[in-house]
Amino acid sequence: MSTVEVRGLTKRYGRVAALDNVSLLFAEGEFFGLLGPSGSGKTTLLRCAAGFIEPEAGDIHFDGQNVRALPVHKRNIGMVFQNYALFPHLSVFDNIAFGLVVRGMKRADVRQRVTEMLALIRLSGLEDRRPRQLSGGQQQRVALARALVTRPRVLLLDEPLGALDKRLRQEMQVELRQIQREVGITTIFVTHDQEEAMTLCDRIAIFNEGRVVQVGAPSRVYERPATTFAANFLGDANLFRGHAVARDGFQVIECGDGIEIATGDPLPSAGGVVALAVRPEKISLWPADSAPVGTEGENRLSGEIVHTIYSGSSITYRLAVPGRELMVFEQNRSARPYAPGDRVVATWPAEHTVVVEEQKT
Amino acid sequence: MERVGGWLVRGYLGLVLVFLYLPIAVMIVMAFNRSPLYELPIVFDTVWFQALAKNERLLTAGFNSLWIAIANTIIATALGTMAALAFQRYSFRGRTLMQLLLFPPITIPWLIIGTSMLVMFFWLGIGRGLHAMLLGHVALSIPYVIVVVGARLKSFGTALEEAAATLGANPWQTFWRISAPVMAPGVVAAALFAFAVSFDQFVISYFLAPPGVSTLPVEIYSAIRKGFTPEVNAISTIIIVVSMGLMLLFARLYRFGGER
Repeated sequence: MSTVEVRGLTKRYGRVAALDNVSLLFAEGEFFGLLGPSGSGKTTLLRCAAGFIEPEAGDIHFDGQNVRALPVHKRNIGMVFQNYALFPHLSVFDNIAFGLVVRGMKRADVRQRVTEMLALIRLSGLEDRRPRQLSGGQQQRVALARALVTRPRVLLLDEPLGALDKRLRQEMQVELRQIQREVGITTIFVTHDQEEAMTLCDRIAIFNEGRVVQVGAPSRVYERPATTFAANFLGDANLFRGHAVARDGFQVIECGDGIEIATGDPLPSAGGVVALAVRPEKISLWPADSAPVGTEGENRLSGEIVHTIYSGSSITYRLAVPGRELMVFEQNRSARPYAPGDRVVATWPAEHTVVVEEQKT
Repeated sequence: MERVGGWLVRGYLGLVLVFLYLPIAVMIVMAFNRSPLYELPIVFDTVWFQALAKNERLLTAGFNSLWIAIANTIIATALGTMAALAFQRYSFRGRTLMQLLLFPPITIPWLIIGTSMLVMFFWLGIGRGLHAMLLGHVALSIPYVIVVVGARLKSFGTALEEAAATLGANPWQTFWRISAPVMAPGVVAAALFAFAVSFDQFVISYFLAPPGVSTLPVEIYSAIRKGFTPEVNAISTIIIVVSMGLMLLFARLYRFGGER
């Protein structure tokens, strides 16, 4: 169990910066997610921590020890690969035992440790099988056991659930988190699946173009995205751009077409350009003729439904308001969903409008 | 309709196999026929195998072929496997070009390669002989070995070796415990290829054989020019049985080698 720290990590491929001066601290026992689109640098960071990639600048510390000069096999890490990379010519037992055998551990001790791991991943009795005789979920668990049996300082996960189908992935998420808690190991988890990152991680870092955009607990990053990129990458967002206007007691921007949006966040002085984001599920829809009287400071836009996407438990509406479209999620609770052409009023409280930094996506 | 289709498919595939095997079957049958003139009915006899045992020329040529093929297999497989590892596991400038340059020697007709080797070996003073044949066979086999072993290495990628490193295995342990067993089926296949390229080789052996020295294909060729004897059928039958055995052995090895 260790803290992991990277400081000023930089790696370029040609003129493209895969990592651009990235610094992050991974706390002891923490399950930390690196989230971002492909090519954003999250995998490069993981492979630098493992030792497969030599960074051009910056340092990697495990518990205060600089490991940058250590080769992979001396770093004492555990890693689960995207396609598990189980050794096809070895049995489940020998796969899990591999890290202990190359360390020269006595056979009796190896047997005991592997047996413990098999119990932990609930695969006791399958130790003589070959990897190809296991299901995807079982292979995944063997890969996890193999990575943990040596009691490494840090567990690195490179999209370990990507190859599983949706239902199995959800089961494995729960199991992965449970095993990680039981072992208490510092874990760095690379994924491009935002839902998976939110479900599993204590904290996440959002990557874009080799830089860290935002770090924090998933709920914090989701509720208070720092930039337009973070707002769009983690979940969906309706964005407004406009100029701050002076209103007594309220923070309001004017964004053309007669639309004014109120926020609970502090705004720059009047005239300053600013971007605001609001999550689609924060918006309520009302029929145009029976909308309740709004409270002061509440946002209120009239529009017309242009598109209805029915997806079982929820419904996504696209709604035309002057000069733009809004996206709205609603739980599927009403007897009759709105249909394209219906006139509606969209409302949401000012505190759900978040000031975000403008960033190209 | 489906049953008719099934019969048609089976009939067609049966004809293809008859086309492939009929000449071989005739040869094997005639190797056990007493008549030297292929007369029917067949009278079972091992007379041609007994004659073969006394045919010094054919036997010497057979042993020459065997020794060259074995030496070639060992040398070409070792060199080619190392080259395949270098191509697959290291990145360096000019790798793609060097890999592309492996293919022309496979496609250039053996006749032309044989001529060029004869010219060069004379020019360098290497001359003709079994040593020259071995050099020629190794040069011919290496590209096949690199391609076959390389394909195997490529299909597994580097993930297994990376996984071994994260588990604490040093490069030596990683090679012997992971890379070697995983690529073993490819190496065995490449070795069989190298053996076949050498053992079958006629053109280059013919060009590089000095008077009085020959390999089995060269000797069979001169034997049937002088007048066909069923002893050739006998030795061919032995070769067929041995190569079938090698095929079966390979199939078993491949299964145990842990293919995916």
